[in-house]
Amino acid sequence: MRASAEPFLSLRGVSKTYRTGGRETVAVSDASFDLGDGEFLALVGPSGCGKSTLLKILAGLHPHDGGELRIGHAGFDPGRDIGVAFQAPLLLKWRRVLDNVMLPAEILGLPTKAARERARDLLALVGLEGNEDKYPYELSGGMQQRVSLARALVHDPKLVLLDEPFGALDALTRERMNLEIRRIWASSGKTVVLVTHGVQEAVFCATQVAVLTAGPARMADHFAVDLPEPRELAIRNTPEFGALARRVYDRLGIA
Amino acid sequence: MGALRRHAPAVLAHLAVLALWAWATSWGGVPRFILPGPLETIRALGAPQIDWWRHVLITAAEAFGGFALAVGIGVMLAVLFTWFAPLRRALMPLLVTLNLIPKVALAPLFIVWLGYGLVPNIAITFVIAFFPIVITTARGLAEVEPELLDLVRTVRATRWQVFRKIQLPSSLPYLFSGMRVAAVLAIAGTIVGEFVGSEAGLGFVIMSAQGTLDTPVMVMSLILVTLVGVTLYGLVVALERLVVTEDARLR
Ligand SMILES: Nc1ncnc2c1ncn2[C@@H]1O[C@H](COP(=O)(O)OP(=O)(O)OP(=O)(O)O)[C@@H](O)[C@H]1O
Ligand SMILES: [Mg+2]
Repeated sequence: MRASAEPFLSLRGVSKTYRTGGRETVAVSDASFDLGDGEFLALVGPSGCGKSTLLKILAGLHPHDGGELRIGHAGFDPGRDIGVAFQAPLLLKWRRVLDNVMLPAEILGLPTKAARERARDLLALVGLEGNEDKYPYELSGGMQQRVSLARALVHDPKLVLLDEPFGALDALTRERMNLEIRRIWASSGKTVVLVTHGVQEAVFCATQVAVLTAGPARMADHFAVDLPEPRELAIRNTPEFGALARRVYDRLGIA
Repeated sequence: MGALRRHAPAVLAHLAVLALWAWATSWGGVPRFILPGPLETIRALGAPQIDWWRHVLITAAEAFGGFALAVGIGVMLAVLFTWFAPLRRALMPLLVTLNLIPKVALAPLFIVWLGYGLVPNIAITFVIAFFPIVITTARGLAEVEPELLDLVRTVRATRWQVFRKIQLPSSLPYLFSGMRVAAVLAIAGTIVGEFVGSEAGLGFVIMSAQGTLDTPVMVMSLILVTLVGVTLYGLVVALERLVVTEDARLR
């Protein structure tokens, strides 16, 4: 059991500078933290602080240009063990819901029958049972976002990366999705990284919070959220929750 | 019932034009050598010296043939453009320039090059229908959400998979909007070809009837050309209904 002794995710001084048209933008600088197996990390910070950039580095979409990054244990394959969902659902209009969820499985060439089974189960898990044969335009925004969540999970990735997946939703739906994502996380045992600029959302969802700030880009804080499980929305009214949220606001320089 | 009510205004508008035509040529006093009435026009179908079926089929063959060729080659070129960006950068501006040539003016040249018959008319139809197809399809293939590409890249989608599963299907609404424009242009191209040099087809019938001021035959030919066009356009729309989901269609 040596593997579980070392963290699932380990960053040491990871940084990234964009160079476009002779201009340099430091998007991420000196991001350092460890994340254990099955933890839920929230990356929180204001617009432009490099949250998406960091997530894309984790997804292997952008190379980082400084520091060290290690993801997963022996046998981790970044090409099939990572699932992602973005702010926009990005569903394929011409595919029914079930076939949208199937997309990553198809690309990876997973056995169709088992993958369809799994896609169905996932749709049930996100509360979309009975909508398998609908087209995306027949779904509400929240439902579409759930489909994209199911799609991120269909190939059973070990690491799930979510870039503001609830950003476009109304407050009520968003709260419901927070509960749902926690339920899915708790039942799946996956390691999750959630990008958000909602402080409440970050503290409520995560077991660990990393606070990023912009101008200059840096990681301002990283702490564990020791709140009882399972969490209910009412937990946000407790002094413990309030203290953690205040800590984030403090780091972000919001009094 | 719903469909009937929805289409009723359009059907009424068509009937109103027919009624106006009938009225103008009877009580309206428009002389028959200017515009024959509907009945007289239909009677032109009985003209013994004209093999209507043959002319309709030839015009349809030219229009459909040139159109099919434009779709085939246009889509192929658009696909090559997305696969080989340098090719697109070289040829797309050239296509825009060539598109500015008034294509109908090429008809006489085509006849010099290709002789009389089906071939030059198919060529003219092709040239005129080709541009909207390449241009819209190339745009459709290029317009894919960058984040969607990111998403499939995390599972290492191959270029072919991206093309097959994302680019091609998402370009279909664009292709069909190009095809609708091209269908209208195709008929015009065919008729111009037949005007300029031809021994058959509805365009030829119109030109020969002009010599004898046989307006009923001219108007009848016009109606038949329109019906060929309506058929081509209708096929495109029907195919679009079949393969493109309702909310993805471009209007
Ligand atoms: N592809 C790119 N090329 C150049 N600069 C970029 C690129 N992507 C992001 N940046 C810059 O890097 C910085 C961080 O961007 P990033 O998208 O990571 O921020 P973010 O925290 O996700 O913001 P938001 O909350 O608005 O999504 C910004 O200054 C942005 O302008
Ligand atoms: Mg972002």
